[in-house]
Amino acid sequence: MTTLTKTERGTVSVRNLSKSFQLNGERLDVLKKLNITLEGGKVLAIVGPSGCGKTTLLRVLAGLENPDSGDVTIDSKEVQGLSRERAVIFQEPRLLPWLSVLDNVSFGLEVQGTPKETARASAKKMLKLVRLSQFEQAWPKQLSGGMAQRVGIARALAVQPEILLLDEPLGALDAMSKISMQEELTRIWQEQNVTMILVTHDLEEAIYLADQVLVMSKLNGTSPRLLDIDLPRPRDRSHQDFVAIRQKLMTEFGLH
Amino acid sequence: MSTAIKNTVRLRWYKTGTLAAQNGLWRHRILNFLAVYGLLIVFFSSWQIASTQGWINSAVIPPLDRILSALWLGITSGALLDDIAISLQRAGIAFLASAGIGIPLGLIMGRIRPLERALDPILQLFRQTSALALYPIFILLLGLGEASKVFVIFWAALFPVLLATIGGVKEVDAKLLEMARTYGASPLTIFRRVVLPASIPSIFVGLRISATTALLLLIAAEMIGANKGMGFQVMNAQYNFQIPMMYAAIFLLAFWGILANLILVKLQRRLCRWSA
Ligand SMILES: Nc1ncnc2c1ncn2[C@@H]1O[C@H](COP(=O)(O)OP(=O)(O)O)[C@@H](O)[C@H]1O
Ligand SMILES: [Mg+2]
Repeated sequence: MTTLTKTERGTVSVRNLSKSFQLNGERLDVLKKLNITLEGGKVLAIVGPSGCGKTTLLRVLAGLENPDSGDVTIDSKEVQGLSRERAVIFQEPRLLPWLSVLDNVSFGLEVQGTPKETARASAKKMLKLVRLSQFEQAWPKQLSGGMAQRVGIARALAVQPEILLLDEPLGALDAMSKISMQEELTRIWQEQNVTMILVTHDLEEAIYLADQVLVMSKLNGTSPRLLDIDLPRPRDRSHQDFVAIRQKLMTEFGLH
Repeated sequence: MSTAIKNTVRLRWYKTGTLAAQNGLWRHRILNFLAVYGLLIVFFSSWQIASTQGWINSAVIPPLDRILSALWLGITSGALLDDIAISLQRAGIAFLASAGIGIPLGLIMGRIRPLERALDPILQLFRQTSALALYPIFILLLGLGEASKVFVIFWAALFPVLLATIGGVKEVDAKLLEMARTYGASPLTIFRRVVLPASIPSIFVGLRISATTALLLLIAAEMIGANKGMGFQVMNAQYNFQIPMMYAAIFLLAFWGILANLILVKLQRRLCRWSA
């Protein structure tokens, strides 16, 4: 079991959450009476095969989609729609190409009404956090995929969310940058003390980053299961406990 | 002593080195220039030579020097100045009005789907109807004066910028809009900070076509029903067999087209440095 010492901000609970889509006149039940509780400041990874509803769940948690029934509460308050304590990081960095890197990072704050100078000062700090201070004045298209994604992360963190929602944020990166970004994410998470909910199709990434893993199976398959990852950080991918957990997940859920 | 010699040798080598490099650079520049403007130079030189040598009828296609001196005379004597002024005024007002109405209307129509859907059929109808075919109607409605001329130019120049703006707004990446929404941006903020900057490249494409269209319609309208203006001068010169003057007027109009395009391209580069 994970150590439950203090209750922090950013506790998420999902109760009886259901969501379906109409697809070609047929009803597609994507989420069925889902229950999750995630302590504030922890990391939840959502894994499962493509098309199983990971993105749908994340979008409902973000408030970008409304659930059919059930509810999402954050710090015991029910949330509906978008709100400021949650920030979303998508698979693509979604930077505004006409803004410099610095202006992209301060965009969220400016949009929320922070005066430009204050927003820029915070943005500079966040760029330092993601180690991109030299690129403040660069255009987004001058960045590599990993750098652009870090800018996106800096933009999300700049608004000081309690909960960071990430949809396969490293999915488009090559294997090498992926591993270094996983280390970066762990460091950023530790420094920022934020709750993270992260979708990934990479089992190893899930075990490396998360305190809990929600394993989803194909639509209409077995219901999702929540699993604790009780390894000390920094985690070692070759450690026997790490390997054992991965092995267990792979056999138990038929994941690859 | 020996070091001094070495130094001078090195210096000379260095100098000749840069000289060679500079020669290379100049050769590169000249070749580049020829690659771009070579055919144009060949075209005008052949024109000049063929006309002076009498290989072509110089009464119909006069040599360039006669055309340029006619142009120079027209401007310095003040004979053309009135025509230039009135033409620039007509095209300028019409173009500015088309941009001033087309851009805001396009931005609104691109954002509000029902409005766009309701207006699209009538826009397509108007657009496909030649503005010149409608000119007689505009004359009936607005008289033979300036208003009908400016209006027909405005009418034709409106559609390119309007449709390009609508297209630009509709093509704004929905993912960027969603991103802005997750930060709590209001519709107005999203419009100002995402939709507008994202549409600027398309708007400029439209503006450039509108500028070209405005000049085209200017000339047509002035040829049909005017007694002043560069379009009138082209017809009038031809009528009076002032052939060099006719070419001079044509060249001036071509120059305006190039200039308008150049200004718009420069302005676009300025506003869209991020995409360069
Ligand atoms: N807006 C939508 N309309 C209809 N069907 C959708 C929509 N979004 C997702 N789906 C369907 O829901 C299922 C789950 O999709 P998604 O959550 O994107 O899966 P994942 O992220 O796990 O790959 C898929 O079958 C997909 O086709
Ligand atoms: Mg997905």
